[in-house]
Amino acid sequence: MFRFDYHRATSLEDARAAFDAAEDGVFLAGGMTLIPTLKQRLAMPSDLVDLSGVEALRGITLEGDHVKIGAMVSHKDVAKSPNVRDAIPALAILAGDIGDPMVRARGTLGGSVANNDPAADYPGAVLGLGATIQTDRREILADDFFTAMFETALEDGELISSIRFPRPERAAYVKFHNPASRYAIAGVFVAQLGEKVRVAVTGAGPTVFRHREMEQALERTFAPDALEGIAVDAGPLNSDMHASADFRAHLVKVMAVRAVVQALK
Amino acid sequence: MALSINLTVNGEAVTKTVEPTCLLVDFLRDDLQLTGTHVGCDTSQCGACTIHLDGQPVKACTILAVQADGAEILTIEGLAPEGELHPMQAAFAQHHGLQCGFCTPGMVMTGIGIARQHPDADEATIRRELEGNLCRCTGYQNIVKAVAAGTRLMTDSES
Ligand SMILES: Cc1cc2nc3c(=O)[nH]c(=O)nc-3n(C[C@H](O)[C@H](O)[C@H](O)COP(=O)(O)OP(=O)(O)OC[C@H]3O[C@@H](n4cnc5c(N)ncnc54)[C@H](O)[C@@H]3O)c2cc1C
Ligand code: FES
Ligand code: FES
Repeated sequence: MFRFDYHRATSLEDARAAFDAAEDGVFLAGGMTLIPTLKQRLAMPSDLVDLSGVEALRGITLEGDHVKIGAMVSHKDVAKSPNVRDAIPALAILAGDIGDPMVRARGTLGGSVANNDPAADYPGAVLGLGATIQTDRREILADDFFTAMFETALEDGELISSIRFPRPERAAYVKFHNPASRYAIAGVFVAQLGEKVRVAVTGAGPTVFRHREMEQALERTFAPDALEGIAVDAGPLNSDMHASADFRAHLVKVMAVRAVVQALK
Repeated sequence: MALSINLTVNGEAVTKTVEPTCLLVDFLRDDLQLTGTHVGCDTSQCGACTIHLDGQPVKACTILAVQADGAEILTIEGLAPEGELHPMQAAFAQHHGLQCGFCTPGMVMTGIGIARQHPDADEATIRRELEGNLCRCTGYQNIVKAVAAGTRLMTDSES
């Protein structure tokens, strides 16, 4: 690791001040992505600002027909939250299937969403449910948030404080795991919200995206058969040592059908 | 800038000065000579470094020592008094849950976490909960048996 200084922030203001005072600061949440990155010398920040002591970034609350989850809530706590399991079971199941138990104990919602790994699971739920990302300065709609591989609409030093997820009529997430890392080779989040259906695909492309043709077909009939004639274009999808673009295109369709079946259960 | 940290390790209060770049696993192994916690990978995947932080199994290779300031740490050395075995360790010995033994400290620490969170764990639960611990030798069959037996021993001795 390259040398850096470490600060444990006690409040949002404190985190902001430590970040602003640093030459090249970076926030530290669960560290499950950042610390491996530092170990491999892929990043060289001057300062780490640890958010674990910031109470305002914790907690899960029901707000009418929304569930608000603090950025520092761990995957484990989302998975076992009675509020999440009741309002959006698909989200609890997604969180409970990220990585392994030790990763889930430390990794956080805010860290995963800010990182926008193309193979990460949470971006699927955030885009698939049309959630709203609350930062220390504004609200950002999911549709405007995930801009490119490992890139988001967050400005330098902008901090995610919480994410508000609407309660869907029904929803499900199904992923094809990378057998080693448990990340998604392809994952599809399907949600029915009133008249609207959203289908978000993660793992397959450079960043999470919506599949409009599937959405329209499912708005007409929310059933697995509705997806029958739809072809997934392999053109924009990723090809790497784990899977070719053609295989990913095939998986997206299969995961989408399974997600619809799951959502109807 | 080096920082002073206070934590409890295997029941004893520890105060030390560490560099922010020091990983918790290196702090345990190099500063405290607790070399039972192993390092098997560079990618946070193998679980050989699993310890308990405030009762929760975590990967000590993916936590900075400074993040553990104020925490309570339990390592494999702290499970039982010298010369005795914790029920989970005894179960690994009895069910031949190890061959080279490199992954074993992590397996035992995760196994204890499983027993605490899932006292009625069935085989599928045990296999799922062991996803973050890799073993190059055993093929896992006896590890799963050992965790099941250790879980029963722990549940019986605590009830
Ligand atoms: C072995 C292993 C397996 C994994 N498997 C999966 C998997 O199957 N699916 C999956 O989705 N993920 C997986 N992950 C990643 C895991 O979910 C991480 O926890 C997550 O990607 C990052 O969250 P974190 O809290 O650890 O963030 P950190 O690593 O602390 O931070 C990640 C980045 O986000 C920034 N950041 C953190 N919090 C905020 C905030 N509130 N506001 C703004 N920026 C912030 C940081 O500055 C940093 O750049 C895996 C990780 C490991 C080590
Ligand atoms: S050494 Fe920690 S996970 Fe491999
Ligand atoms: S016993 Fe050798 S790695 Fe598990």
